[in-house]
Amino acid sequence: MAIDKYLRERFFPHMWCAGCGHGTVLNALVRAIETMGMSRNEIVMVSGIGCSSRITGYVDVHTLHTLHGRALAFATGVKLSKPELNVIVPMGDGDALAIGGNHFIHAARRNIAITALVMNNRIYGMTGGQYSPLSGCEVLAATAPYTTIDPSFDVVALSVAAGATFVARCTTYHVKEMIDILRQAILHEGFSVVEILSPCPTYFGRSNKLGDAAEMLRGFKEDTVPVGSAAKQKNPELIERGIFVQKEKPEYCAAYEKIMQKARSAAGETI
Amino acid sequence: MPSNEPELVRFIQGNEACVEGALYAGLEFFAGYPITPSSEIMEHLARRLPRRGGKFIQMEDEIASMCAIIGASLTGRKVLTATSGPGFSLMQEALGYAVMAEIPCVIVNVQRGGPSTGLPTQISQGDVNQARWGTHGDHAIIALTASNHQDVFAMTVEAFNMAESYRTPVVLLFDEVVGHMRERMVLPQPGRIALVERLRTSVPEGVDYHPYLPREDGRLPMSDFGGVHRYNVTGLYHDMWGFPSDNPKVVHGLIRHLVDKIENNVDAIARYKSYYLDDARTVLVSYGATARSALHVVESQRRKGQKFGLLELQTLWPFPYDIVGEACGRAKQVLVVEMNLGHICAEVKKALNNPRNVFLINRIDGVFISPTDIRQALRLIDGRGV
Repeated sequence: MAIDKYLRERFFPHMWCAGCGHGTVLNALVRAIETMGMSRNEIVMVSGIGCSSRITGYVDVHTLHTLHGRALAFATGVKLSKPELNVIVPMGDGDALAIGGNHFIHAARRNIAITALVMNNRIYGMTGGQYSPLSGCEVLAATAPYTTIDPSFDVVALSVAAGATFVARCTTYHVKEMIDILRQAILHEGFSVVEILSPCPTYFGRSNKLGDAAEMLRGFKEDTVPVGSAAKQKNPELIERGIFVQKEKPEYCAAYEKIMQKARSAAGETI
Repeated sequence: MPSNEPELVRFIQGNEACVEGALYAGLEFFAGYPITPSSEIMEHLARRLPRRGGKFIQMEDEIASMCAIIGASLTGRKVLTATSGPGFSLMQEALGYAVMAEIPCVIVNVQRGGPSTGLPTQISQGDVNQARWGTHGDHAIIALTASNHQDVFAMTVEAFNMAESYRTPVVLLFDEVVGHMRERMVLPQPGRIALVERLRTSVPEGVDYHPYLPREDGRLPMSDFGGVHRYNVTGLYHDMWGFPSDNPKVVHGLIRHLVDKIENNVDAIARYKSYYLDDARTVLVSYGATARSALHVVESQRRKGQKFGLLELQTLWPFPYDIVGEACGRAKQVLVVEMNLGHICAEVKKALNNPRNVFLINRIDGVFISPTDIRQALRLIDGRGV
């Protein structure tokens, strides 16, 4: 398989639990990269802390495993310093939107060409099943024994409002769709966000009696519809997937190039 | 080769002297967040860096600033951020990351009064121990300081050189008085001060490269992100390839390496200035802006025939215990002049056999310590009354 060369096979089997969706994300991600024929040397993958963040260890590109919530801030430094690199930032839901929420909205606002993945399993897995800002109300978690009262973010609406110019959602059930969306996200000239619904049968599934991994995947199949589908109008509970926003706006590193030109032509007016 | 052209004389703020030093050293990337009394550093760099093809970004906070410079350093750039106490607090976690992952970077803290928001526009030297122990876990750190603009320039260049030599973050611990005061500074011609450039690996493509395997001389050649060697960088304990490991041997080896590469080079890292120490019976130890008042007192006492001397420390961490012991060991009394509750005084006591002869002379009210303050303290220590 051509995708093997993108993997650090000596670290397999991976450390994720049986039934976890993150391995599927890894699979789709390397397949998306493979379809573009990108050189491994021109890809930098930056992650934070959590189950999702361990994905960087398995991919044979330049990998930067950073601090909880700060992956996008590190990635901004990498990208602005060397804009020719493709920078991909896989994050978890708590990583991206609780501790990292501020960096998330500001990276989106700048429209810096980074691909941000939110691997949303609605739980902190690494620390033992505490609720996240994407858990939503009325779910059980290690820190919500009487159910949560915290509403969740809508990642798509938040990303659009913050200024991301490519915003999509997919699930680990819809793998081919995910590969296509990831490919388009990586190719996009601006800040791209892909929310990926990924099951955590170990914590979220078990504490909320959602069944095993297969049942949780079936849930993704039954509870989601393509964006703009008529079914959503009849049943607002359904979650839309697909590409919500794909537009052109000045990209941050390209805009900075113009600032350098402006600064050079202004040089000489003062020391 | 040093140029023969005349050197440029400037009349500038200490913060600008720091900017000049950073640009002289080859700064290519700055990320920061505005905070008094350091903001002039980022304001000047916002103008200067893009002109020379360098990158400047104002981040959403100091946490992000510190993270961004680490990311940029990994692509092969010389990087800087600048802040003051509250921002320095926010940077501590990522500073520890730079220690652990051995990423060269320079962090300026123009100190103001603390704790908390404290005294934003007034002087303090209260962050000395935060520079040493602000991030969690055992580690070593390099922190430099300066009392005048020429030395701010020189120490800033040194900071970049040491960051590259030891693959480590280096803290420049300036203070509000030096940062905001204006005075003369001579801008050295390019080539006059030697620069240490990034040591890059000579391992060719296709051959196993070990980003975390020190050479015999202790240095670790790097490979830029985007280059031919793909490796992992993590804040976890890691092996010589950068992959996580909790093997006790690996863990022990790494923490020893991180500490030893600094602590075994105390003499090479130590920067200090000696004034009249040869026969001094009373030795003042000071650093940063307070060393100016201390020197004033020492020189006026000398004119009266009193055997006073000054040891001005420029390297605060790793603390140069042997140098302080040598400079102060024969003194009748040692007076540590600083603007905090005795951060360096405690270290000086550790350096000496008779710590009872060590006295702290300080101000902690945001008012710059004057020669008169020091003289009054001297009278009290000598039992001569106010």
